[in-house]
Amino acid sequence: MASLWRGGLLRLGSVLGLSGLALSVLLLVQLTDAAKNFEDVRCKCICPPYKENPGHIYNKNISQKDCDCLHVVEPMPVRGPDVEAYCLRCECKYEERSSVTIKVTIIIYLSILGLLLLYMVYLTLVEPILKRRLFGHSQLLQSDDDVGDHQPFANAHDVLARSRSRANVLNKVEYAQQRWKLQVQEQRKSVFDRHVVLS
Amino acid sequence: MAMWQGAMDNRGFQQGSFSSFQSSSSDEDLMDIPGTAMDFSMRDDVPPLDREMEGNKSYNGGGISSSNRIMDFLEEPIPGVGTYDDFNTIDWVREKSRDRDRHREITNKSKESTWALIHSVSDAFSGWLLMLLIGLFSGSLAGLIDISAHWMTDLKEGICTGGFWFNHEHCCWNSEHVTFEDRDKCPEWNSWSQLIINTDQGAFAYIVNYFMYVLWALLFAFLAVSLVKVFAPYACGSGIPEIKTILSGFIIRGYLGKWTLVIKTITLVLAVSSGLSLGKEGPLVHVACCCGNILCHCFNKYRKNEAKRREVLSAAAAAGVSVAFGAPIGGVLFSLEEVSYYFPLKTLWRSFFAALVAAFTLRSINPFGNSRLVLFYVEFHTPWHLFELVPFIVLGIFGGLWGALFIRTNIAWCRKRKTTQLGKYPVIEVLIVTAITAILAFPNEYTRMSTSELISELFNDCGLLDSSKLCDYENHFNTSKGGELPDRPAGVGVYSAMWQLTLTLILKIVITIFTFGMKIPSGLFIPSMAVGAIAGRLLGVGMEQLAYYHHDWGIFNSWCSQGADCITPGLYAMVGAAACLGGVTRMTVSLVVIMFELTGGLEYIVPLMAAAMTSKWVADALGREGIYDAHIRLNGYPFLEAKEEFAHKTLAMDVMKPRRNDPLLTVLTQDSMTVEDIETIISETTYSGFPVVVSRESQRLVGFVLRRDLIISVENARKKQDGVVSTSIIYFTEHSPPMPPYTPPTLKLRNILDLSPFTVTDLTPMEIVVDIFRKLGLRQCLVTHNGRLLGIITKKDVLKHIAQMANQDPDSILFN
Repeated sequence: MASLWRGGLLRLGSVLGLSGLALSVLLLVQLTDAAKNFEDVRCKCICPPYKENPGHIYNKNISQKDCDCLHVVEPMPVRGPDVEAYCLRCECKYEERSSVTIKVTIIIYLSILGLLLLYMVYLTLVEPILKRRLFGHSQLLQSDDDVGDHQPFANAHDVLARSRSRANVLNKVEYAQQRWKLQVQEQRKSVFDRHVVLS
Repeated sequence: MAMWQGAMDNRGFQQGSFSSFQSSSSDEDLMDIPGTAMDFSMRDDVPPLDREMEGNKSYNGGGISSSNRIMDFLEEPIPGVGTYDDFNTIDWVREKSRDRDRHREITNKSKESTWALIHSVSDAFSGWLLMLLIGLFSGSLAGLIDISAHWMTDLKEGICTGGFWFNHEHCCWNSEHVTFEDRDKCPEWNSWSQLIINTDQGAFAYIVNYFMYVLWALLFAFLAVSLVKVFAPYACGSGIPEIKTILSGFIIRGYLGKWTLVIKTITLVLAVSSGLSLGKEGPLVHVACCCGNILCHCFNKYRKNEAKRREVLSAAAAAGVSVAFGAPIGGVLFSLEEVSYYFPLKTLWRSFFAALVAAFTLRSINPFGNSRLVLFYVEFHTPWHLFELVPFIVLGIFGGLWGALFIRTNIAWCRKRKTTQLGKYPVIEVLIVTAITAILAFPNEYTRMSTSELISELFNDCGLLDSSKLCDYENHFNTSKGGELPDRPAGVGVYSAMWQLTLTLILKIVITIFTFGMKIPSGLFIPSMAVGAIAGRLLGVGMEQLAYYHHDWGIFNSWCSQGADCITPGLYAMVGAAACLGGVTRMTVSLVVIMFELTGGLEYIVPLMAAAMTSKWVADALGREGIYDAHIRLNGYPFLEAKEEFAHKTLAMDVMKPRRNDPLLTVLTQDSMTVEDIETIISETTYSGFPVVVSRESQRLVGFVLRRDLIISVENARKKQDGVVSTSIIYFTEHSPPMPPYTPPTLKLRNILDLSPFTVTDLTPMEIVVDIFRKLGLRQCLVTHNGRLLGIITKKDVLKHIAQMANQDPDSILFN
């Protein structure tokens, strides 16, 4: 019963933690939106060629209510009564963006990509070299192809073994990594070799 | 029937009279005599009171009996019982009844204490909280994917010196030096030739740019396929066929796991950025479903119950489409029409909520600025005319033809990949296709730009201030009215754009066939829409010029006078995109809703519907299945199609196993088998379940037990329970059978027995059997004759039978 309670509390804790994380991410985004970079809003007016004046694009950091031709187009290339005709042709649009969001997102993405690449290099190149040096040639042979045929009771062993507790943390990590590697190997066999799934 | 007769004759039965046969059980005597229910029950269930008084006589030693008694009392479920093996089908009925039991228990307990009341309230809430979390995570991941993909796509062409994280558009956002003629250039954005050889003009610069473009494309593709191969092989492909199968009750362990999620997100960006002809909508559905599956682990209600989990996955799929297109309602309808198998009303509400939250999250991240959700949001509202229905239907026919052609060629190519040597070199295949795509794409500006940008430009209606080549019309008019421009003759730019677009069309049609299905995440919504949009725009510009130069013809006369804004080529592009997408995926309602959520133009529902219906009819006439069903059939998943009628007159006994020449059905008896017998059966056969009968002679059905549960329980009993050895009797009844003294203690396995297996008689028509399998989600169904167990029909047998009736190869159904 105690284990049930512990499991339940753990789950409740993880739910609350996840919701807290999600809400905080949202709040962070809103805050960064609010403390907007001054340069992240603009009013963009595109004015086509008119009489002798060539076409021009005007940008200005201005609020949405002031986003029209009269406020943005400076210096006005035409005089007097032509201003209205000129401004009728111009198209003004209010745009905003969040450069902080873009920067943070790209940096997060590149760091995750970099970590994955490092791990991939480690798994494919470094680890076999290390293993070969530590354990010699014999042990390498038996690790790979055992898992092919499912014996009837192998799955049961797996299920029951998960319920037992392991003492050492390092052992746990090693055990988890081994299990993950076996899973990926099975997946790779199904997808790439036997072409059974996802062909 | 003949088999049964033969068996009876062999054992010397008399027809219709069993009383002469002497058996260890008195069942046969009881069968003919009416009103013997009481006698029958006494055989199996001795009332507990008598048991108590008999006490030590029936058990072997008091100590053991007390331990057995304790086991009965606690009935703690053994971990692993009730779970499923990989690549197996779940039992919908069992999962649903388990959920109802759990709900009932919580409701009953909630009256006891405050804590229990809170528990029951939180249990009811947990579904909505889960939807909220799924929406938040899907929206955030979609925002990450969008922003990263935009940046990396532009990375092939250059880099921003004012902050490397800006793509081309954002780099020039604040620049003062953008001119009217050359709106794309600004000094902050440097192309690779500018960085390497300090100039942007000349043949050498062009070659340098070309080379860098191909190099980056190859690098991205190589990284994508290596990451997929090393970390998560399940992350390749679109994901929608597999999700359809999972939602119909199949289990693919690891397909919706953490590593698959991470790798799919990262490699999707790489694949899209490498310039390949693929989209990200299908993979986004997979990403959203992974989020849903992972978040289910936080809630007990959904973690332990596979049927409830699939409700959540349906809602997650809706959230995925919602963020992919910015179309929440379209997402819900897509989940209903394409992806889900069972879609009760409760799932409708939950999907609605999840899609809403996801769209809201994406909007707050605001990847595109201006609070738009999707890149090709168009804003024109010019009306269409009745005679334009003819070209719209032509576009529909084109869409249907293209859809049928694409499905046929793509499936043929994927089959080649599956069966020949081509499948052994996935990395090389990806690199070669990327190289071909990049080399052919760079010279043509319409293939060089990303497909979403292309679609956005094609959907765009040309205004006076647009500077793209497609909008290079000659302006012969004097005044400019409010916003509407009349039809104008095409300038030189338009003609050259038409040529380039035709080449783009051919390239995209050909290369997408080879791209979809490679071992990287690939979707096909965007490429199909691109093909349709190009075809539509070409037709639209043609119509526009026709109307301008021949405005005195009969059809154009009434609507298209000179100076009127008659034809909108952008609308033709939209209709073409809808037609092609409908031809490939065979979506109807969800397609139209997605398209008009994308454009905001409610005026255009009728043309979109006309094109979608026409393309579906034409495509259905040429080939029965959509692309996802075709891939399901190619992979041999056990997916029972819910939309087709079974129209043959076969009976249940034509399909059931064992067939005429096969050995008899492997059954377990309710209380006369030893542990060793059961272990022998398990190791000698590969059946996933066994019926339990009263005795071999009577073959009267008690229930059904699954192989996995049996294995786990027997293993557990051997380890944990005292005294259980190979000769211990296993019983499935409520009380242990009377045992002589000095026999090893018995093992009760009643808690893993399904006491209500579904049965049909052997003369039931297969139409009804298939309907039962579909509607109830069965895995197996037992066949009886005159009340006795005759055989079994599994879902696999039903699928093979349907395939046989449709003259396909029944051996292509895998996953035995």
